[in-house]
Amino acid sequence: MTKKKIKNPYSYALVVPIGIIFFIFFLVPTFVSFFFSMTRWTLFDWEFVGFENFVQYFKEASLSIGFKNTLIYGVVTSGLKVVFGLALAILLTGRLRAKGFLRSVVYFPVLVSTIGVGFTFSVLLDPNYGAINRSIVAFGKSIGWETYGPGWLTDPNLLPLFSVALVDVWKGVGMATVIFMAGLATIPQEYYEALAVDGGGAWDKFRNITLPLVRPATAAVVILSFIGGLRSFDLIWAMTNGGPGFLSDVIASINYKQYQAGFYGLATAGNVILLLFVLIIIGPVYWFFNKKEKQS
Amino acid sequence: MKKMIKRGIALALPLSLVFGATVAAPSQAADTEITWLIDNGQSMQDVSKALVAAYEKANPGTKITLVLRPGGADGDNLVKTKLATGEMEDVFTYNSGSLFQALAPSKNLLELTNEPFMKNVLSSFNPVVSVGKKVYGIPFGTAVGGGILYNKKVYAKLKLKVPTTWAEFMANNKKIKAAGIDPVIQSYKDTWTSQLFVLADFYNVQAASPNFAADYTNNKEKYAKNKAALRGFEYIEELKKLNYYNRDYASTTYAQALDKVALGQGAHYPMATWAIPQIAAQQPASLEDVGFFAQPSSKASVNGVTVWVPSGTYIPANTKNAAAAKKFVGWMTSAKAVDVMNSVEGFAGGPYYIKGATIPNALPGAVKDLVKYFDKNATAPALEFVSPIKGPNLEKILIEVGLGITPAKKAAAAYDADVVKQAKQLGLKGW
Amino acid sequence: MKKFIRRYWIDFVAIPVGLFIFVAPFILIFVTASKNAKESFQFNFSLGEKFLLWDNIRTVLKTDDGVVIRAFINSTILTFFSVILIVVVSSMAAFVFARRPGKLTNVANIMVLAGLVVPPAVVPTIWVLQKLNLFKTMQGLILIEVAYSAAFAILIYRGFIASIPREIDEAAAMDGCTGFSLYRRIIFPLLMPVNVTIVVTTSVAVFNDFTNPLYFLPGNDNATVQLTLFYFQSAYLTQYNLLFTDILLITIPPLIVFIIFNKKIVAGLTAGSVKG
Repeated sequence: MTKKKIKNPYSYALVVPIGIIFFIFFLVPTFVSFFFSMTRWTLFDWEFVGFENFVQYFKEASLSIGFKNTLIYGVVTSGLKVVFGLALAILLTGRLRAKGFLRSVVYFPVLVSTIGVGFTFSVLLDPNYGAINRSIVAFGKSIGWETYGPGWLTDPNLLPLFSVALVDVWKGVGMATVIFMAGLATIPQEYYEALAVDGGGAWDKFRNITLPLVRPATAAVVILSFIGGLRSFDLIWAMTNGGPGFLSDVIASINYKQYQAGFYGLATAGNVILLLFVLIIIGPVYWFFNKKEKQS
Repeated sequence: MKKMIKRGIALALPLSLVFGATVAAPSQAADTEITWLIDNGQSMQDVSKALVAAYEKANPGTKITLVLRPGGADGDNLVKTKLATGEMEDVFTYNSGSLFQALAPSKNLLELTNEPFMKNVLSSFNPVVSVGKKVYGIPFGTAVGGGILYNKKVYAKLKLKVPTTWAEFMANNKKIKAAGIDPVIQSYKDTWTSQLFVLADFYNVQAASPNFAADYTNNKEKYAKNKAALRGFEYIEELKKLNYYNRDYASTTYAQALDKVALGQGAHYPMATWAIPQIAAQQPASLEDVGFFAQPSSKASVNGVTVWVPSGTYIPANTKNAAAAKKFVGWMTSAKAVDVMNSVEGFAGGPYYIKGATIPNALPGAVKDLVKYFDKNATAPALEFVSPIKGPNLEKILIEVGLGITPAKKAAAAYDADVVKQAKQLGLKGW
Repeated sequence: MKKFIRRYWIDFVAIPVGLFIFVAPFILIFVTASKNAKESFQFNFSLGEKFLLWDNIRTVLKTDDGVVIRAFINSTILTFFSVILIVVVSSMAAFVFARRPGKLTNVANIMVLAGLVVPPAVVPTIWVLQKLNLFKTMQGLILIEVAYSAAFAILIYRGFIASIPREIDEAAAMDGCTGFSLYRRIIFPLLMPVNVTIVVTTSVAVFNDFTNPLYFLPGNDNATVQLTLFYFQSAYLTQYNLLFTDILLITIPPLIVFIIFNKKIVAGLTAGSVKG
């Protein structure tokens, strides 16, 4: 039986370079980490301990707070990025005269160093000397209240985590805005014109045209920023070190601390736990958006 | 396909030009060059620079390059990673005691037991840099004491006496608070500073339970179980409940806290005397306003200071410059090197652990206060020098106590659990 | 006049609010970087007694035999070659994934997701690099950056390529233009708008990367700019002016990238929807 072989124009050879790089530098270490997560590893030496690291990890008093905080941080940052990103995108593709300028201003923080941003906001949010609390105190005085500003990064509750999340949104909303602007640009202008002929208002436009048609962009923003939020570490580390105490610790920072302490096996087990945690949360989100995308 | 390969080569060519061309630091021509890793604390830098200058002068043709590392947990990790990956400098200075034990010394470090210069070192230092009978390091600098730094002007103004018991201490605090001054300074922005009340209490713990260190190492004694050991946690809680901390203690830095105690904005700062050189740098005019006393105990008869044994200087096993490194390390045990260290103001703050070495007579007042305890022989090494176990999360757990998030007893139990990981990692028996 | 206000009121609200929220932190960086050590602890927006920015820059550049200058050179090399590799290898692969559904593409989709989700395993990666003699080399770090950034780049490229009508490359394939030459001649030129986005985002990500150089390219000679930030933060606890001067210096390259590409980032993305 002979079959005429037609060469597929989309040759798999094009995948080979990244395939090799990804395999060696990402997949191999990841798979190796599954093994080392079951060892007691000093970097100098290892000993197989089965699931002991995982058991130990779940006993860690600050771990439950890690799960909760990670989830809060992911939801808050991705949620706010969607809301503000879409609002800014609509504003900046609209009638605004200064849109070129504002686009630049909103996007620029995306480009600067996370550590630098963290240090800068730590100064702005300093409870005594920071500009934000000094404004609050000055304002309080002007209306006759003797008041202290909140301890944005030091209060013994969830405030520090939210403060960092807000800085994260500040830094990342420009990216969401750009993705939404690209999404908005793919909506044919005729749709709006047709709706205008039918007498639809601004709200109808948003609800019936913009929101459904911008869904691929929404999916990209939600998934990217959710993943980023769940794995987020740099900013939290630069601003609070997971503190005060363990109150703003997320799984990634807990893992890093195990690593710092030299518990390499335990830290690697933490990596595996974070991986599973993220997959459990992102899986359904990803599936949801994929399904909707296929339907539309 | 051919074309693709061609393009591949075209792309690879400029890459290969750049690869291998990492930019190197300019270096002076010298016969022998060795590198020395130190932490980036200011007084550490000052002393190291002085030592290097003196050594290079005495040994022309030798160049020593200082490499800085961060302190705290970041530094611990860096040192371990460097050793594990064979990237360690020729000589490095790092904590002795439990942190030293975590470096797997017998695998990673050069044994110095039989080096001729070891006879310069007091044998009482050796245990904190040894595994079994093998010695791996020499002492760097002097011992320091942990306790309470206090402002003498505040004490004079309110006519207070230096306390020896916790009850006296609290009575003082009450008066200080009434005078509108912060009784106790805490600086949780630099998390490590939260530990002093617990760590510096060890003299008192040991006085109450002489076998604590050994039992603790053998998993028989716990902070949550031992009443004397638990006191350190309770002190922090008690002060919080009475609102005795400076209002902004959650965001105060170590440097700010030193300013506060020097300027009398706060009366007490639990800290070790390694802070003295930094106070001398930050507030030279107020240096003599700062005094030191040992952490108060529950009994008047118990009054002594918890001591931090000096760091060690080590040589990694795989260095290519072993001979030059040994020569330099050996020189650091000499009387000449001690003179150089003494010439850096405020650096020497206790005994040297080097035979015949003495500290200068003109000492800052706080250091003189410390030396009195040494003269009375009322000292005990901190737990981390007599037990290999120190959990990594103590500083954070204590911050939770100080902020009122976790009660003392629960926090002590959490720390006991934290320690288990360390003990297992070290492969200790009975865990 | 009323008409004027009705037309432009959004501007009057949006411009000051935008400036306040997004520009003020940069002003703080600039102001703090031009103070002396003591003034820098005031944490406020007023300029110091003397304008010391140039002195501070000189101090920062001189620190430790010019570690900051070396770091800038290293970071430039790292960023330049990482980005070129990312653009080429990711767009090639994304092209195949967008056009050729099948088992491999399904696997690739999972890999892309894994690349985005899975936290890299640091120590095992050092172990791999050592086996390949790539540890502590610029090559090794470049390849790491490519491996870590590829997933995001492929995702963006794939989405963009999916919006390019298939008829274009089917017509070319009919004429015998396949594989690499199809990619190179037909698809790659169409990718220019999205290339700008990828170049900007990945160059910034690599330039701003701080953890990977710390672990995979240790040593003072190999320092990258983000590591100098780390260094300044711990070495100059009491000199915020120098820390912020370093932050300011590190913000300049992104600023240049931004000035060059600013218009193209959005304009390019939106132009991607060529109709028909």
